[in-house]
This record gives sequence, structure tokens and C-alpha cells, in this order.
Amino acid sequence: MPKITFVQPDGTEQTVEIAVGWSVMEGAVRSLVPGIDADCGGACACATCHVYVDPAWAAALPAKSEMEETMLDFAQAVEPTSRLSCQLRVTSDMDGLIVRVPSSQH
Amino acid sequence: MPEQIVIIGAGQAGVQAVQSLRGEGYAGAITMIGDEAYPPYQRPPLSKAYLLGAFARERLFLKPDAFYREAGCELLLGTHAVAIDRAAKRVALGDGRALPYDKLLLATGTRVRKLSCPGATLTGVHYLRDIADVDGLQHVFKAGARIAIVGGGYIGLEVAAVGAKRGLDVTVFEAADRLMARAVSQTVSEFFAREHVAAGIKLNLNTSVEAFEGKEKIGAIRAGGNAYEADLVLVGIGVVPNDMLARESGLPCQDGIIVDRNAMTADPSIFAAGDCTRHYGREGVEIRLECVQNAIDQAKHAALAMLDRPKTYSEVPWFWSDQYDLKLQIAGLARPGDRTILRGDPSSRKFAVFHLRDGAVVAVEAVNAAPEYLIGRKLIGDGARVAPEKLADLSVPMKSMAQE
Repeated sequence: MPKITFVQPDGTEQTVEIAVGWSVMEGAVRSLVPGIDADCGGACACATCHVYVDPAWAAALPAKSEMEETMLDFAQAVEPTSRLSCQLRVTSDMDGLIVRVPSSQH
Repeated sequence: MPEQIVIIGAGQAGVQAVQSLRGEGYAGAITMIGDEAYPPYQRPPLSKAYLLGAFARERLFLKPDAFYREAGCELLLGTHAVAIDRAAKRVALGDGRALPYDKLLLATGTRVRKLSCPGATLTGVHYLRDIADVDGLQHVFKAGARIAIVGGGYIGLEVAAVGAKRGLDVTVFEAADRLMARAVSQTVSEFFAREHVAAGIKLNLNTSVEAFEGKEKIGAIRAGGNAYEADLVLVGIGVVPNDMLARESGLPCQDGIIVDRNAMTADPSIFAAGDCTRHYGREGVEIRLECVQNAIDQAKHAALAMLDRPKTYSEVPWFWSDQYDLKLQIAGLARPGDRTILRGDPSSRKFAVFHLRDGAVVAVEAVNAAPEYLIGRKLIGDGARVAPEKLADLSVPMKSMAQE
């Protein structure tokens, strides 16, 4: 299974295995990664699963949908590499992906 | 600070309450009682991806088992709460035990409304509310099977869409003159009716079901004076709130457990959240909502109130439904008499209907139209007034409306 690393604001790293086809958010919730609230359970309705994708990876990921793009407008501290992890569907070539968790989802 | 919190109901509201209580610093005991065999799971995928077979069961669970261990939440699954002794502050369980509480949260949800017509108990008549229902349905939900769907609401139509995809022969019976009549406008009803017919679904509006026929097993459905052969039936005619425990303990209920704006019942030690509650909506009208949003948000408010930090609940409700490749998203509550504004062309399969009341945006129904839905939701929350001609004009970006 692809391994994905979550980096907390204090630098703590947690690497978790996420099955292909699951979302990055689902994998984070399942492994109790702090800071991924995912209030809505993946309906792309809450923007509480916001992450920053490592710049080296940002271009390699599928483009944002209009839904994700608009939802991110409502998130806090958005950066060019911001993504909603519920919309990032894990594929085999995402092995090694690194994402940073924001200091707050609200 | 309470020391013993008991939650009756292991669904979306219950698990949110656990998360919020711990997030707010509550350090006492939490016990959650659920009558199903499973820990809290998402219901929305049941009639969509899970029925389609595109979503493994383990993905339904809202939290891993480790969450409950780390949160110090004792989960009593497959367990029924049978009575609340308010004077002694104890919940009696079906196995004879009694759990003491300082604060009690009722997150008991709803159960399906059942048909009582002749033949209603025949084998082959299915309902859809929980994992076990879908697993039971899967055995007969096969290509070529003739399925009669009673009720043209969210559940019935989502099952119809999955059925069409999986090669079933689908017929829908709806007593009203249009689909999803309780939830959407005429424009959206008619749009979805066209889509379902185009997918090969046979739609019978204005058609009430009179009886199911067959020897032990369903063979036909009698509706609107005609008989239709059927191999299985799915009934989706709504739900009723599980308010019996509250009612029997003397708490005021009326199609739901009545709570105030802080999710508190008439008993200051007992709170309620989610589908089971009747509460004051943000517009000051008593409502009962059946949606994930209300389960999540009301549970957050209930958690705060249980910790004596009440905060008025007034979030904008939102809903969604997936049928084929169409994502229907709704925010706010429309009422008859609202002015409706169409943005976009339904024939493009991407449009929205806005509802205005006294000039303010009060609801939006969006089909494959994320900005309309999301920015609409914000406009509703802000009580924003937007000129109808701007809402109707696709050349005016939604974003520009939010910035006023």
C-alpha cells in the first residue's frame, strides 16, 4: 500500500499506509492523524481536512475539481499547495507523498 | 463539570459528541450505547456507493476502533436502552444493567416508516436504513431482477439509479405528482424525472400502492388500480424519529424530542441531537431535520451545553444526493411562496435554483454546480440580499456575489 507522510505544525511526522482508492483523508482518520477533522466524512462540505501538499508533489497530483477549488476559498490560511485531503484519491504512484497539516482547521 | 456522560445512539451525532466532548477538555467517563452490531458509520453511502458495490464496508465506519480506546469511550454495541429513570439519573439496559449518568445525550436517530398495506410483510419487501438492510438487499439486487420502488424520495431514487446501473428493471411508484416533493422545487423534480426516464426507469407519479401480492414471496405490486409484476420491492417512504425512550420518561416530544437552541430537553441533565430532535431552526420555526449536517452541528452544540458552555445553534442546514453522475446539493430550507430564480440551463445538466424571501437568499438547490451551492450556503448564512437578475446571470461569477 502507498505510504503517505503527514507532518504536523511542530514537525512531528507520521507515515501511514493507505489503500489505493481510498482518500488521503480516510487514511488519516483511520490512523488517527491529529488535525484532520473531516467533520463531514468526505462529502466535500466542510473544508476541515485541509492539507498542504509538499511542493515537490503538488504538480504530480490530479487537478482540483471546481468543488474542491470553491471549498478551499472557505478554508483558513490557504496556500498554492492547499488541497482537501478527502478529494485526494490514493493511487499507486502517490507512494511517498508528503503533506503538511495546518495548525487549525477552523 | 459532569463525571459520567452516557450517549444513547451510536451514529453520526453520537460519535461527534464524543469527539467534541474530548476536544473541549471533558475528562470524565463516556459510555455510548448502540443497538446495531457496528460502531458508528456513515449512512449516506448505503443507498449509493455501498449498494453499488463500489465501497467496502470498512470504509463506512466513521472512526477506527482505536479512536474509542484513545478517547476512553466505552462502546456498548448490540445493546438496547430500554428506559430512562430521570429521578435516579440512570439508563436501564435490555440486559438488566443500569448505567448512572450526570448528563445524558439522546442521539437515537430515526427508523423507517413501514407500509401497512396488504402483503406488506411478504418476503422480498425491503427497507433501507442500516448496513444489515443493504446486505440483505444485495442477495436479490441482481441484473435482470424486476424491482418495484415505493417512494420517489432520496432513498428510492438513489436506489433506482444504482439499480439502473446494475442492470435491474426498475419501476418507481410515487403518490405525489412529482419526485422528491418534500425536498426540492418543481424545476429540480422535473429535471430528475427526465434523467431517470432517460436511464430507463419507469416512473409512475400520482400512483399510490394498494397491496403487494404473492404467496410468501412478492410476485406483484398493485398500485393505482393496476398490477405490476415484481421480483422485489424497496420501500422508501420516509422515517420516524426514535423518541419513545424520551416520551416514556415524560420528556416533551412531538414528532421528535423537543430541545431548545442549546440541544437541551426539558430536563437540564438530558440533551438530544440529530435526526431525533425537534428544534428551533435558525428561522425561528420548529423543525426536525434528517441530515448529516444537523447530526454533526447539533451534537457539537450538545457537547458544549453538557459542559455548561452553551452556544446557540443556528447553522444553515445542508443536504446532498447522488444519482447517476448528478450531484444534487441543497443548502437552507425553502418554503412555499419563496421567489425562485433559475441560474443556468437544466438541459446542460449543471444549474441551480435559488430561493429568495423578502429579498434575502434563503435556500439553494444546485445540480453539478459547486460554486452555486457553496457560495449560496454562505449567502444564506449571512442573510445576504442579492439582486435576482444577478443570480440568474451566468456571466456574473458566484464569487463576486459573496464579496458584497
